[in-house]
Amino acid sequence: MRRIGATVAVAFPAAFLGVFFLYPIGAILFRGLGAEGLTRLIELLKKPSFWDVAWFTLWQAAASTVLTLAVALPGAHLLARRQFRGRSLLRAAATVPFVLPTVAVGGAFLALFERLGLADGPLHLTRTAGAVLIAHVFFNVAVVLRTVGSFWEGLDPRASEQARVLGASPVQAFRWVTWPQLWPAVAAASSIVFLFCFTSFGVVLILGGPTRATLETEVWRHAVFRGDLASATALAMVQLAAVVAIVMVTNRLQYRRAVVQQPVRRIAPPRASLRLLAANLGLLATVLGLPIVVLVERSLTRGRSGGGWGDWTFDHYGALASRSVLLPASALRALGNSLLFALVATGLAVLVGGLASLVVVHGRRALGRAFDLGLMLPLGASAVTLGFGMLIALDEPPVDFRSSKWLVPVAHALIGVPFVMRTVVPTLRSIDVQLREAAATLGATSVRTRREIDLPIAARALAVGAGFSFAVSLGEFGATSFLPRHPDQLTAPLALFRLLAQPGDALRGQAMALAVLLMLLTAASVLAIEGWGRRGAVRGDL
Amino acid sequence: MGGGLETPGLKVRDLSVVFDGMPVLNGIDLSVAPGEVVVLLGPSGSGKSTLLRSVAGLEKPVSGEVKWGDEDLSGVPTHQRGFGLVFQDHALFGHRDVAGNVDFGLRVAGMPSAARAHRVTRSLALVGLDGFESRRVDTLSGGEAQRVALARSLAAGPRLLMLDEPLGSLDRALRERLTSDLGSLLRRIGMAALHVTHDHDEAFALADRIAVLGGGRIDRIGTPDEVWTDPGTVHAARCLGHENLVELNSAGECALGLLGVGPGTVLVRADRVLIEPFPGDGELTAEVKTSSIRGGRAVVVVDVSGVMLRAWPRNVLAVGDRVGVTLGSGAIVPLKS
Amino acid sequence: MLRFRSDCLILAVVLLSGATACGSDDSSTTVPLISDAGRMAEEPAIVVSPLGPVTLITHDSFLVSEGTLASFTAQTGIEVIHQTGGDTGQLVSSAILTAGNPLGDVMFGVDNTFLQRSLDAGLFESYKSPALSGVPSELQLDPEYRVTPIDFGDVCVNYWIDRFGDDLVAPSSLDDLIDPAYADLMVVQNPETSSPGLAFLLATIHEYGDLWEDYWGALRNNGVLVTAGWEDAYYGEFVAGGGDRSIVVSYASSPPAEVIYADPPVDTPPTGVVTGTCFRQIEFAGILAGTKHRAAAELLIDFLLTPTFQEDIPLNMFVFPALAAAELPQIFEDFVELAEDPHLLNPAEIEAHRNDWTERWTEIVLR
Repeated sequence: MRRIGATVAVAFPAAFLGVFFLYPIGAILFRGLGAEGLTRLIELLKKPSFWDVAWFTLWQAAASTVLTLAVALPGAHLLARRQFRGRSLLRAAATVPFVLPTVAVGGAFLALFERLGLADGPLHLTRTAGAVLIAHVFFNVAVVLRTVGSFWEGLDPRASEQARVLGASPVQAFRWVTWPQLWPAVAAASSIVFLFCFTSFGVVLILGGPTRATLETEVWRHAVFRGDLASATALAMVQLAAVVAIVMVTNRLQYRRAVVQQPVRRIAPPRASLRLLAANLGLLATVLGLPIVVLVERSLTRGRSGGGWGDWTFDHYGALASRSVLLPASALRALGNSLLFALVATGLAVLVGGLASLVVVHGRRALGRAFDLGLMLPLGASAVTLGFGMLIALDEPPVDFRSSKWLVPVAHALIGVPFVMRTVVPTLRSIDVQLREAAATLGATSVRTRREIDLPIAARALAVGAGFSFAVSLGEFGATSFLPRHPDQLTAPLALFRLLAQPGDALRGQAMALAVLLMLLTAASVLAIEGWGRRGAVRGDL
Repeated sequence: MGGGLETPGLKVRDLSVVFDGMPVLNGIDLSVAPGEVVVLLGPSGSGKSTLLRSVAGLEKPVSGEVKWGDEDLSGVPTHQRGFGLVFQDHALFGHRDVAGNVDFGLRVAGMPSAARAHRVTRSLALVGLDGFESRRVDTLSGGEAQRVALARSLAAGPRLLMLDEPLGSLDRALRERLTSDLGSLLRRIGMAALHVTHDHDEAFALADRIAVLGGGRIDRIGTPDEVWTDPGTVHAARCLGHENLVELNSAGECALGLLGVGPGTVLVRADRVLIEPFPGDGELTAEVKTSSIRGGRAVVVVDVSGVMLRAWPRNVLAVGDRVGVTLGSGAIVPLKS
Repeated sequence: MLRFRSDCLILAVVLLSGATACGSDDSSTTVPLISDAGRMAEEPAIVVSPLGPVTLITHDSFLVSEGTLASFTAQTGIEVIHQTGGDTGQLVSSAILTAGNPLGDVMFGVDNTFLQRSLDAGLFESYKSPALSGVPSELQLDPEYRVTPIDFGDVCVNYWIDRFGDDLVAPSSLDDLIDPAYADLMVVQNPETSSPGLAFLLATIHEYGDLWEDYWGALRNNGVLVTAGWEDAYYGEFVAGGGDRSIVVSYASSPPAEVIYADPPVDTPPTGVVTGTCFRQIEFAGILAGTKHRAAAELLIDFLLTPTFQEDIPLNMFVFPALAAAELPQIFEDFVELAEDPHLLNPAEIEAHRNDWTERWTEIVLR
């Protein structure tokens, strides 16, 4: 049984990655590079404009990651170490930006800059790298807030209290005790954020202005707009190579040390002081809340934005139930489709990611590292490459899959798996260490007890990862748009994009209403999934 | 309790802590003089740990004050209070070796490394772990880990050491040995200490004074002798290990005779229950229900007309023996409920 | 751990069997748009033709009224399976990548800016539909009939009517746009990333020939703003979305859309079109090479040129029917002013110079 289990744990994720990622990507790269591929690659590397793009891609991703950490870590501390009303709501609400289509958010940001007077003047945020960075923080705060937050919550608070008692100031205690323990989770979250920003597409196009491009937008421009597959492939190769290098480096950082997590909270966390709450929530509310407020306001008002408050209406929401002339199915149906796809994608991601995490932690080292690297790559691969790769690779039996609607959740699951692994692996690893410690210091019965306590910890991490992968699937646009599908299989982000493709205030109002519903659906789903994870943690079964 | 204004030492006055609207500590008054070991004794949930955490500044009381001498510590953050705290599960820093743990307080205080190394060696020697400097903490046994935690707190040179059930997770034999080690260590270095336990044997072994906690209040405080001979309340008597608690009826009577003036509970001190081998020699007759030897001393439970009394006879008796029982002077201690 | 593993194993087996079941369940993904169960029951039984089913691949913007494709099935007994695959660029690139093993039988949506690329790739088989006789010859760009024109639309400069009046009259030509009177008023799309952006560049090239670079230099000096796509231009910078710019590159059909989707309702569009600036985009359908349902595909192409389908086009896709005889909806008659002599470039010329032009454009306007 154990043996069969281990084989499945290795074979299933490997097959999933192989069939749905490595094979398609390999096929498209092979095809694209073709005969003239190498010369094209060399030509590309000689162009200064390529290096401009590569440099911008790299530095904006690094800067976005650092900024995201700066905004999110205090919030993660709040979520992990303080009690306050609405804590789980905040945790769920933070995932909301994640699913918002960039077309909708881009507009909200532009309007916001305008309204706050940041569009011009000294800051002049419109169409600048600064706007890109701010939007990246908006989209990615949740990653840090939630993965680091949940890990932090699992750390024994007594270590840092002990440091305080030994004379360390709060800053010293964080620097010397908490940070070294927190580091693996921070590294894991950072690598995800970095890859997201590294392959950023819509944000760069809409907020960065026409002169800014990332490797991702360049791959798209060459493949789709110029029909220059060879150059697109050469760019995609460079992008993939960079992603491999980045993942290898960040993985190495994570391997440094596993940290013991506490199973069940024995000391109730202190209530947050009002000042602490206000400072943190104020920051998060500014970054996350304001653009969302603009969206909500637009979904509830009639006429031109800026036309003023007061002309409120729910009509836009009502209109979503009927099939708009511009949509092949009603927007509500699209929400339903998104929900179904997200469920399947999450199931797949949890399964693949969960099994792969077991292999990473308990399996042979080389195999574990290969999984850790391979399953992370889809996060950094361009949607164009993957979409086209699936088209040409999965076109013949035994995997004639390219026209199946289930390819959509499969593509979503590929992106969800890294989230599951990034939350589960550090936790499993800490449990592993803890078991060994328990075995060393306590009796065998204690080891058994520990196991019973450890499963709930794993359940908690799994739920956080599942919540993410659900949100990722709900909001995914890029890869979905490249997969052929029946018009009835419209997803909510695609529907939103379609609504915004024609002039008309009613359409825009409906698009905003759809975005708001998508946000609510996301928050509710994540709340439900995590509620399940936490109940599991209390009950003690998976 | 309480001293002159200039007397150094810990003074807690009227301290109250509330969690989620539930009072956990309710008007605690307590002092620890320099060199004195005070043991807080109480069942789990009685607020012992919370009291330590409040003194350390890790919990915020809703009212009351914590002072050292005449220095009010209310606004002083934890790291500037100069108190040490050893947790039950030792909370060693897993990412540092033993020396890295022990010198932590010195490092944050900015002590140069040579001086630090010297202090670490001395502290480890104090707890009997010479040469453990470069050991990884996850290779330590439970007792070793606890001693490292102790060395770590001592190395920082606190003016008060607080120990939160430091021996709670160890097995009995180890716990007893470490209790006596700890007691002699504290006395040798003259360290003021506030020690928390639910184990009355440990309390009696360590304490200069014992404070019994119940329901967020201090039920009884005094020297071990004082609190043992007169626990004051039923709760305190139970905590201190007394078992001969006898219910009286409304006339103050029970099977042992007229012991009080009304209804309530009295303590019958086991050391004053005199067992005579021959039933006729005592004022009362009884049957031996259990008999054992504990700590090298005979212990029996005798049945006096339905009242079970624990007693320490001079000789070993057999179950079923009929014996005489006399209650010596001061055997009956009235208790508040 | 053991329990965790065995749980996962069970889950794996369940999901694996589920996945294969889903994989083989292709019929569910290819439910024809028209086989809506409820309606099928009410209508007379359709005799299923051995020629079909026929798969129609379109871009995401393809849209028909409910029942339109059903009428084709009712007439011919051929089931239509409709699949969409991204925007026009994605559609063409996908088709090129899957050439030889096409995703469907008929592709709709390639326009004159992408036409030559798809012809060069040999995507289509020739077919001369008899219905072509009703289509104006200027829309028929392929002499070999590999593609059939189905609709057309104009990309034109739009303006916000309220912002113009006696003080500053609305622009009426490309030349006006470089007049300092219109400084800082216009927003256009990047032709490297946007289809209307490219169309507008082509319009200027058609108008000014070799001097187009000077024109764009002047536009830049006049404060033209560039966005990546239509959405961020129209909804981000143009007055319609709350922006400041009162001149935008959009479509000839944008004014009627502004009326149909107005909120609150309006009687006349708030926007107008500068007819001298329009570039004509023609959309084609073609039979994909490698089809196994050639006969059914021909019938479908014919159907796309019937009045039934043609008259359904305007209010769904906001473009104009290729069939000259097709009647336009009243709102199009009222509010659309079609350019009499729109800008148009030969597809081969577009394909040959397109990358050079956009690169030059980038240097002139963005650097």
